[in-house]
Amino acid sequence: MSDPIVTIRDLHKRFGDNEVLRGIDLDIDEGEVVCLIGPSGSGKSTLLRCVNLLEPPTSGTVRAAGHDMTDPDVELDAARRDIGMVFQHFNLFSHLTILDNVAIAPRRVLKRPRAEAEAEARRLLAEVGVDGKERAKPSQLSGGQQQRVAIARALAMDPALMLFDEPTSALDPELVGEVLSVMKGLAADGMTMLVVTHEMSFAREVADRVVFLDGGVIVEQGPPSTMLTEPETERAQSFLHRVLHPVD
Amino acid sequence: MAAQKRTGMTARRRRRLSRAVQYGVFAAVVIAVAALADWGRIADSFLRLDVAADMFPRVWTAFGNTVLYTLLAFVFGMLVGVPIALMRVSGLAAYRWFATVYVEIFRGLPALLVLFLVGFAVPQAFPGVTWPGGVYGQVAIGLGLTSSAYIAESVRAGIQAVPPGQVEAARSLGMSHTRTMITVVLPQALRIVVPPLTNELVLLTKDSSLVFVLGVTTATMELTKFARSELTSTANATPLLVGGLLYLLLTVPLSALARRLENKGDRR
Repeated sequence: MSDPIVTIRDLHKRFGDNEVLRGIDLDIDEGEVVCLIGPSGSGKSTLLRCVNLLEPPTSGTVRAAGHDMTDPDVELDAARRDIGMVFQHFNLFSHLTILDNVAIAPRRVLKRPRAEAEAEARRLLAEVGVDGKERAKPSQLSGGQQQRVAIARALAMDPALMLFDEPTSALDPELVGEVLSVMKGLAADGMTMLVVTHEMSFAREVADRVVFLDGGVIVEQGPPSTMLTEPETERAQSFLHRVLHPVD
Repeated sequence: MAAQKRTGMTARRRRRLSRAVQYGVFAAVVIAVAALADWGRIADSFLRLDVAADMFPRVWTAFGNTVLYTLLAFVFGMLVGVPIALMRVSGLAAYRWFATVYVEIFRGLPALLVLFLVGFAVPQAFPGVTWPGGVYGQVAIGLGLTSSAYIAESVRAGIQAVPPGQVEAARSLGMSHTRTMITVVLPQALRIVVPPLTNELVLLTKDSSLVFVLGVTTATMELTKFARSELTSTANATPLLVGGLLYLLLTVPLSALARRLENKGDRR
């Protein structure tokens, strides 16, 4: 077994007096799909954002995609090229066309020739099922289309690891499926994925491991078959009950 | 209905009556002014067609200079104002302080005083220093300094109006801070500030009338100075009216454009 692609040790994150992460240890293997679940405020998104240092940790170490992210001498910009990120609110560049959204980072960061970057962008857009919209602006697309473009934009940097921060939470229910199916395809292709999600069916179907966070610590983790049906801890049981039976 | 019983009127009829009264008063005031004014005298001081005709085509030189001075100052204001705006949002405290002091100074001083400083005080204090471009350089710098402070504030507001998620997305793709600014933040910020910048252009058009203090020749005269010298030579106020109309020819379309761009921004 090769080294894990993500190694997190004793990670703490504090916002003022509020300690959001209180000692996280987590390893992710290459090709693994890990879903982070837990109640809101449990620190899932903060943990995800600490992996590519969008949120600088208060203490602890993070290694990801071969980079010592918490080393003060790390080349963060270079490291982030290898870590794709997809946001809850898509965050497509609103002044650029769909094609430019996907091609801009390879052109400006990797200095790829325009024609090459655009050809690759077209290929990726076709892969996520958003073709024929190359000249449109993000605001002209549905939420589901925008999120699929955002996935293509992250893939354009050919990352070794993909982070998803509640990728379907801002979508109308009927658009969730199209985004999840793109993510399923990615998982099937062997992409390493760390996904913060409330989609239990996605976790059950696609995840290799489900990690339950509460109060800034990992309370329990395991394969979805056991984690989502018979978790050991009472906190995980009560959270899952609330998510799966919201009306009770 | 109680109100109807008391006045014998429905709400709609009352509204109509109130509106009719307001129109009536307005019309009465207009008619009174029109009747009391000495139209012959007014026409004689402001509407002498022969005086107006005599201003053409020379007035176009002045009109062109007004446009030129405005654009010169605006270009200088942008060239200085955008970097100052970037300094104001910089992570380096020294940049932020410098930019804040710069903005406070040039926004706090009258444009006229800055023009005097550039035109007279600086050349006197530093003998041998001449501004490039003669009077044009003096105008670009003298009016542009004031303008750059306002432009810097507008652009700073624009930069801060760009959603943080745009920056996060750019950084997560491996773009450096500078690359993110150039590729993502500034293009969006400048789009946001097009309406206020258009308004700044309107203000500059009017401020270009201050250039007369630099001592201009026939060739470098702008509209206000030209109108004033025509006023002196003809002893008639018609040139002021012509000059004023020519300003409106510039500023009204610009204001309309700014309004349209603002509405467009709202819809987006």
